[in-house]
Amino acid sequence: MLKSDLIEKLELENPHLSPAECERVVAIFFESITQTLEAGARVELRGFGSFTPRRRKARAARNPKTGESITIPEKFVPFFRTAKALAKKIDNFSKT
Amino acid sequence: MSEYTVTRADIIDAVYKEIGLSRTESALIVETILTHITTTLIKGEEVKLSGFGVFDIRVKQPRMGRNPKTGRDVPISARRVLRFRASNILKNRVNGALTKE
Repeated sequence: MLKSDLIEKLELENPHLSPAECERVVAIFFESITQTLEAGARVELRGFGSFTPRRRKARAARNPKTGESITIPEKFVPFFRTAKALAKKIDNFSKT
Repeated sequence: MSEYTVTRADIIDAVYKEIGLSRTESALIVETILTHITTTLIKGEEVKLSGFGVFDIRVKQPRMGRNPKTGRDVPISARRVLRFRASNILKNRVNGALTKE
């Protein structure tokens, strides 16, 4: 499923909304999550999962081509943890 | 880092304020987005959200694990897990905002 498919589903289910409005709702949804992570905060969607920014420590690495050693600076990455309820549903599907 | 946790209520509020739908309608449509994503994933299909990231299902092989408390070997059966891979856009935005010069 692509973002465009998701928007299309919302359009079909909400005939009173214009396609542009459906698109904006989807944009606001993902933009809210992104902006929260940018602010260094966490997003928790019960039954789905949570998004958190995580710090990756600076580390020494090597350029595999030249053998030159370099330092990769500290960085922050978005991290998602699946909610227990959803993890269970996803895992059980294969076993039934 | 901020201690505040954003929840559905905050996202619903953003939809309510920016689109002008009623709170009830905003809540319903936000819930629908999550439902569509989860039902697609449960079927084993991936969800690709351009500019945000990709959710997909990984099939894990069975392996031996160990209970770290007792030191005992425990078999871990084959399972399906959800994986999220952030897009480069999301990664760059988060890293850019949180890395101090």
